[in-house]
Order: sequence, then structure tokens, then C-alpha cells
Amino acid sequence: MNYEAVIGLEVHVQLRTRTKMFCGCENEFGAAPNTRTCPVCLGLPGALPTPNHAAIHLVALTGLMLGCEIAPRCKFDRKSYFYPDMPKNYQISQYDLPTCRGGGLEIMRESYPKDAQKKVVAGRYIRLVRIHLEEDVAKSFHFETASGIDFNRAGTPLMEIVTMPDLRSPEEAFAFLSTLKLVLLYGGVSDADMEKGQLRCDCNVSVRPVGQEELGTKVEIKNMNSISGVRRALAYEIERQTEMLRGGGRLTQETRRWDEAAGATFAMRGKEMAHDYRYFPEPDLLPVDTAAWLDDVRRRVPELPLARKRRFVEMLKVSDSNAGVLVADCALADWFEKAVKDVTNTQGVANLVVNDLLRELGAAGKGVTESPVAPEALGALVALTDAGRISSSQAKEVFVEMFRTGRAAAEIVTERGLEQVSDAGAIGKLCDEVLEGNAPIVVQIRAGNAKAVGNLVGQVMKLSKGKANPAMVNAVLHRKLGL
Amino acid sequence: MSAPSSIDVGYVAQLARLKLSEEETRRFQGQLEQIVRYIEQIRRLDVAGIEPTAHAVDRSNVTRDDAAAPSLSSEEALANAPVRANGLFMVPKVIE
Amino acid sequence: MELHEFTVSEAAATVRRREVSSTDLVRALLARMEALEPALGAMLHWDAEAALAEARARDAEPPIGPLHGVPIALKDNLSVKGQFCSCASRILQGYRAPYDATVVEKLRQAGAVLLGRTNMDEFAMGSSTESSVICPTRNPWDFERTPGGSSGGSAAAVAARESFAALGSDTGGSIRQPAAFCGCVGLKPTYGRVSRYGLVAFASSLDQIGPLARDAQDAARILHAISGPDPRDSTSLPDAPPDFVAALGRGIRRLKLGLPREYFSGGMDADVEQAVRAAVRVLEGLGAEAVEISLPHTEHAVAAYYVLATAEASANLARFDGVRYGRRAENPADPLEMYGRTRAEGFGAEVKRRIILGTYVLSSGYHDAYYLHAQKVRTLIRRDFRQAFERCDVLLTPTTPSPAFKLGEKIQDPLQMYLADIFTIAANLAGVCALSLTCGFVEREKKLPVGLQIIGPWMGEETLFRVAGAYEQASAWHKEAPLG
Repeated sequence: MNYEAVIGLEVHVQLRTRTKMFCGCENEFGAAPNTRTCPVCLGLPGALPTPNHAAIHLVALTGLMLGCEIAPRCKFDRKSYFYPDMPKNYQISQYDLPTCRGGGLEIMRESYPKDAQKKVVAGRYIRLVRIHLEEDVAKSFHFETASGIDFNRAGTPLMEIVTMPDLRSPEEAFAFLSTLKLVLLYGGVSDADMEKGQLRCDCNVSVRPVGQEELGTKVEIKNMNSISGVRRALAYEIERQTEMLRGGGRLTQETRRWDEAAGATFAMRGKEMAHDYRYFPEPDLLPVDTAAWLDDVRRRVPELPLARKRRFVEMLKVSDSNAGVLVADCALADWFEKAVKDVTNTQGVANLVVNDLLRELGAAGKGVTESPVAPEALGALVALTDAGRISSSQAKEVFVEMFRTGRAAAEIVTERGLEQVSDAGAIGKLCDEVLEGNAPIVVQIRAGNAKAVGNLVGQVMKLSKGKANPAMVNAVLHRKLGL
Repeated sequence: MSAPSSIDVGYVAQLARLKLSEEETRRFQGQLEQIVRYIEQIRRLDVAGIEPTAHAVDRSNVTRDDAAAPSLSSEEALANAPVRANGLFMVPKVIE
Repeated sequence: MELHEFTVSEAAATVRRREVSSTDLVRALLARMEALEPALGAMLHWDAEAALAEARARDAEPPIGPLHGVPIALKDNLSVKGQFCSCASRILQGYRAPYDATVVEKLRQAGAVLLGRTNMDEFAMGSSTESSVICPTRNPWDFERTPGGSSGGSAAAVAARESFAALGSDTGGSIRQPAAFCGCVGLKPTYGRVSRYGLVAFASSLDQIGPLARDAQDAARILHAISGPDPRDSTSLPDAPPDFVAALGRGIRRLKLGLPREYFSGGMDADVEQAVRAAVRVLEGLGAEAVEISLPHTEHAVAAYYVLATAEASANLARFDGVRYGRRAENPADPLEMYGRTRAEGFGAEVKRRIILGTYVLSSGYHDAYYLHAQKVRTLIRRDFRQAFERCDVLLTPTTPSPAFKLGEKIQDPLQMYLADIFTIAANLAGVCALSLTCGFVEREKKLPVGLQIIGPWMGEETLFRVAGAYEQASAWHKEAPLG
């Protein structure tokens, strides 16, 4: 029997704000333990939360980017459970009136893993259930006999995006997360770095015989800290569940932990007590009416990666694959747009950016924002080739020099004497010289071997030290030979 | 409206992380059953179509700017910790 | 007149005129405390040196505010940086707050000196101050009786002249009921009038901080000092405080006094009702008009309150877990045991009962039947008040159905204790303001004060003070003092 997987994700995203969700402590990764806390985020007796409106706006912005319905009124609720990383033993979250509902995301083809491009199903749209805002918990360190808690992260704003169980494979989950991450970066919502825990994901996965409507027993997987980790964990878990069912076993609904080193999931022991979160409206926080500010947020919605890619292909005649590379990095796409501003040969710019700029940046270990070549300078280089002043292979050489020295293209071309000779008189003289010295070839040509002209063109080019305009040389030789 | 079943103090105390003695559980069971019977009277009141009230003030959108304020020093933060080590609040080992 | 007999107004005026120093006042009150405390139990802790140092600092500078140099006591559920804040609970043993409550900052800005910390029911849960784990407070009028609660220490300290005034907190009557039992003025402000930042929360949507004082003028002065918007409390209201003291003398001609029928339908001691009715006549004599009104959902207030207050409390008290502060049970094997034993050992019986009740009414299967239902009853109670205040300016009721009860009388019967708050709870559910003042005395074994409750509309404190001011002009009850 064949089985198929059904996967839904709960994605937690740390929002890019200056301060925490409910207090003025800095929202900062990597500070010394317990140096970013105050009475509010330590849950001291008597302290009260005050909501950071920037965080609320970022959640609404995400909702707008993902086509969600933004609730006219949302509110905060308390979710009760005891855990040492939770200062108040309740988490301020949103229960029945989340900021966003519905919406979805179309997965980009480029987002699939490189080795799985064959498995791409075009235009997959993954529906969302909701997006809500909550506060993050502290970070725990586990030692031999005790655990230590650092409350710096406690109370930082955390957005939870819940998908419908629309995903069908580990590769699709990988691709969804990659596209989502890109959208979040485009919106400036989060730095979305999984290794820093800025993007975390719990997976709900079950398997069922192909063709069966009813869902199988659901397992939740936690503790994946990279997008490829999500893929591996899902692949392992789907395999495990399928084997179990094939062997006539039964699955239990449980929470499992992904162990990256072991490459396997393990049932979690810590949460044996039944949960009853006892949600109720947070009495310390008043409701939020989104209509009062939603238009301001609407103005911040950027062009999304997929739309941008389509524009690059359709309006700027960039190849599909180049456009994919460009939009995968918002800063690179921005850089590209500056470079093509006054250039007609946008394809030429795209080629130089995708091939040459990325290669040099990679070798130098730099990001595009640190490029020693300004986008306008690259535009000027392409303008030189378009005007026929240098060849495209010369342009590549010049680009390397521009990257090395930061100097302008025209300057390098002049200094190196790279400019093509397009002067008919000079080229005529060179051609005469070559024709004189190659009488046997001229005889062959006149006898009908027209291909031998190429040999003569090569000799003229060599004589000109490569500077002669090859098209003109060809034309002059043809004329002089009466062809 | 059917009457909710009566309170199970042992179970609820566990939810609330209160490790009661047997004697306390028994005593509270009797007292709380009496109190639950009293509060059950509100269920006689017809509240169909009535919106719930969560706050005593009718306001919304009370938020703060995303501006940093000073934090406590690590020493101040940890000053009240029952057990601390290396700048961390220490607890018995958490098993995941 | 001895220094400890001053009112806040008198103390402030004499310090301002430099006739006495703040240090003199603090010394006089410390002496009074030394003498009375062993028997009274109104104070939980005080730092004589710190209070004297603050007083000396005030004496060394020109007046910085209207309460310059005036010592004021604080209930032990308010944060003062560097001070213990025990909430009369074992679980907060050793905890020192690293920050000041907003009301503490405001009192200091007004020039007040922080005197000491008053006893209370553990976490403000109780109506007799008997649930304090340190000791019960005694009623200065009769040491066999309770001072009420939960701000019983504040009320007893003010009545016994250990402090000119004190701050308390009121979630279901915890300022007004002890004020009535001890013969003080006690005010629960409109919800949001005073910032709750730094008040250890019992039930966040009901809690308010307010003054306990010798007379209405003192209460007005203190309310003025502690009121106003606070960016650290989202539920604080934006209104700046008006001149409450000026309202005291404005008179009550043609003011409409509503007498809620449901509060006068039996269920209170006959002599308490007599005292309250006599007070109504006094006010009518001053030009006000009494009208009967109805608050039809009154009978459900106590039940709704005990659902909502305990629900919120169950979450508010979850933070006491032995991880970041306070007391932790010894050598727990794992976090679960740490929680269970820390909380079982750290909380007293009444707090445990309320946490369990609150957990129960929010738990799966009961949430809608109790919690959600009570929230809707709260809507109806708020509506009752809105409609009542369309017909009258204030409501008059007894503060309590009977005068101070005896120590131990209700402690074994939680439900009877809850019903002691029957007249005060609705104001918290509605969020309106209410003040209790002494409107007479009744004889039991000893002479005991009776409280008149004046309930005003949202942000209607000025009207409360008009009525209280007029009444105190026409009566002398507030001048009576226990203990000679």
C-alpha cells in the first residue's frame, strides 16, 4: 500500500523590534545572561505589561503580505501553564481574537531544495489558519543535575503562523519555509535566522493510505533549528510512521523531539501532565482596534518576491533563472534595480550581477550591500558594451578590475587601451597588411573556400592586439576580397 | 442548562501546582463544594445576548512606542533568586 | 494635642510652617507604634532608620509637594525599591522589590515620608486580616474583633493613630470594609484613576489602590497625590486629577442620593440600618434629595465576583513558583515537585482555596458555565449602575451589613467570610468609585463604628467628596478615636 504524508506547520517568528513585547528591555540576541530584564519581563510581583505597538503592526503587516483577514478588534489572552522558562507561568498570547485569520502563501519554485527541483509542483498555495502575537519564553541551559535560566529572551515579541495541513512532503515544507522566510525578510518583519532561533517551527505530521480522506494519527515534532533540519526530521518521521503502519503497528498521538546528531525523532518525556491552558482575556491589556492604524501599515506592504520575479521576467526581460536568483535576496534585487535604472540592456546587467558580481562577492566573502562596485557603475559598464566600445568578454575583465579597485569602467578601459578600434581607415590598413602577407590563403578564398576568411580575421585581430572591432574587420576583409 | 459536575479538588490542585496533603484536600473539597453551590446561582440568570465584560474601562489601543528603557543589572535581577549560578537562575533539571 | 493625633492636613500645615519637623512626626508615630504594636498587629515591618532618614531629608529642603514631610504607611502589597514586600505570605519571604510602585513615586513627589508597611490578609484575600501568616490585626475599638480586611492593618494603624494615613488596596471592599470597621475614611477610586503598577495583583480587573485616612479631606489630599495616568499601566485612565479638596466644601444642594432598594431589604443589623438612615436624613437636611433606585442584579454580585476574582487570581499567583524570588521548597527533585511543594508550603489556606476555585472556573468544561457567565453578569451589573446614575448623583448604602465581627468568628467558614463583602463588591465589578465614612456607632460589648458607603459614578470622586465633606461638616463621628 502507498502512503502519503499530511503536514501542517506552526511557525514561530521573532519580530524585529528594538524592545520587548511588553517592556522597554532591548530585544537583542547574544547579550550576557540576565542583563536584558526588568520587573515586567521577570514577572516580578506588581509589574504590568504595556504592549509595543511596533510589534502589533508587524503582525498586521505580515497578515497583509500573506493575504490574511485583519481582525477589526483583537485582544490579548493569558495562556496558563507552568514551566521554568515562563516568568509568570502564563504566556500573554492571543486566543479567540487573533490579529490575522486565513490567507496563504504560494511556494516559489526556487525555494525547493536544489536536489529536489524535479519534484517541484508548480504554483502550490498553502493556506494559513491564523497569525497571532505572543511573548517568547526564556532560554534554558541544561547541566548535569540542574537547569539554568536566562530571561533575556523572555517577553520578546513572537509571532505564530499556523498553516492548514496542506503540505504533502518534506521538500514542500522546506520550500514553504524558504518562501515564507523570504517574505518575512522583504517585509522587514524579522531577520528570520533559524540558527539564532528567530524562526522556529513545530511540525504536525501524519500519514495515510493514498486516496484516504480521513487523517492519520498526528505526531508533533519539535526542536528543529534549520530549514534543512525540518526536511530531514519530516523525512525520518514519515518513514517511521509508514514503516510502523506497514508492519501492522499503531501510532500514538504524541510530541517528539528531533535529534539532529542522531538523525532521529524521540518521544518527549517532560510533558506527561495533561494540558488545560485556561485561556481568559488578559485583564492588564486593553483590546486593540486595528482600523485606527491599519492604513499606515498597508502603505508599508512591499512588492513580494514572487511578484517581483514576474516583473523582472516580463518587464525587464530577465531570464527566469536569473530573476529567481535576484529576488531570492531582497538586497540583491534592490541593487539590480538601481543598476538597470538608466540602462536598456537589462539582460546584460542581470548576467553580470548573477554571474560576475555574485562570484566576486562570494570570493571576497561580502554581501551585496558591501560591494565595492556601485550599481550605477555596473550600469555604466554595460552601457559601454551596448555602445560597442568594448566587447562583452572585455566587459567581464573590466568588471573584475572594477571590483578590485572600485574604479569606474571608462577609466579602466582607457587606461588599459581596451577600447575597440572602429576606425575604418586604421582597420583597412591592418587588413591590407595581412592580405599581403597571406597570398596562399587569398588564393584559396578566391578558389571558393570562403571559410578561410576566419583565419584572416584572426590575424587582423592579433595584429591589433585584440582591439579591432571584429565585426568591422570581417566586413572590410569581405569587401576587399570581393566576396 | 445542566448543572456542571462538582469540583474535583485533587485534580484542580494539580493543575494549579499545589501539592495538597490528604487532609487539606478533604477539607477544601467540602468547603469548595459549598462555595461552588453558592456561585452556581449566577447560572440561573439568563444572559442570552449579553456581551461579556473583561475590563472595567472601555478603552482600546493603549500601547507604547518601541523605545528602549533601562534594564536591571544582572545583579539586581538575580538578587532575589533562591538559587543562582553563573548569572543564571537555577532550577532542578528540566527534562524535555 | 499630641503629634500623633494630627490629621494629614494638620501635619502638612505644621511642617510647612516649620512648627514641627517631619522628624518629630516620624518619631511620635514610631513611639506610638512601639507602644501599641505588640497588641495591635497593624504593622508588618518598618525601618525606623530609613523613615527618619527620609524625614531628615525633607526637613533639610524647602517643601517639594503638598504632603511634604508627612509620614504615610503602605499596605505590604506595594513595591518600594529595596524594601520587603511580603503580602503577608510565607511565599514572598525575603523578597525585596527592586523597583517603586507608581503610587510610591507619586507620594514621594508630593513630599511624603514612607513610614512602614501594614498588615493584610495574605495576598489581599480575606475580609478580616486573619489570613496574614504573621499575625492577625486587632480592631482598635475592640481587640477581640477584627479590623476587617484585607487592608485591616492600614485601617487599624490609621484608627489607632500609628499613622496619619495609609494606602490600601480594594478588590471587593478591602479598603472600605476595614475603614468601616475601624472608623476611618476609606476610598476605592474609579478603576483606572490610580495606577496599579507596583501593586501585587490579586484580581487585575478589579484592584484599585486608595487611601485610608482620618477624614475626607485627608483622603482627598492623598487621592490627589496618587492619581493620574501612568504609561506603565495600560488600564490607567488619561484624566489628570481635579481639585478634590475644593470639592469638599462645594455643598450638596439638590444633589440626588440614590438608595438602592436591594441593599435595604433586610440582611443587615437593625442598628446599622438605623445609623445609615440617620445619615441620609442629615444629608437631606443639607439640601440633598434621597430617591429610591434599583440595582436589580445585586444578588448575583458576590457569586460573579468570586468567579472572576479567583479566576484572575489563579493566573496572577502562578508566578510565585520559587524560581526567581521568594521562598522555594527544600531540595525538590524536579520542577514539578518544586512547584507543588513551594506553593503548598508557601501559600495559606485561603489563598489555596481561591487559587483552586479560580483554576476550576477557568478549566476546560467549566469555563463557559462559570467564567464566561460571570463576565456577562458583570455586564449586567455595570448596566445597573449606569442606569442608576442616570437618576441620581451618588448611591448611599451601608458599607457592611454589621459592625466588626469577632476574631475567629468566620475564619472556619469561607462562604460566610465572602458574604461580609456583600455591599462593597458591586462597585469593583462596575469599576465605579466608592467611599466609606463613619456614620455612627453601635454598642456590642464595646462601642463599634458603622460605615456609610457613598458610591459615585465613573470618575465621580469629586461628588463623593462633596457628600463626604458636607456630612463631616454636619457630624463629629470622624473625630472619635479609640484607645484614648
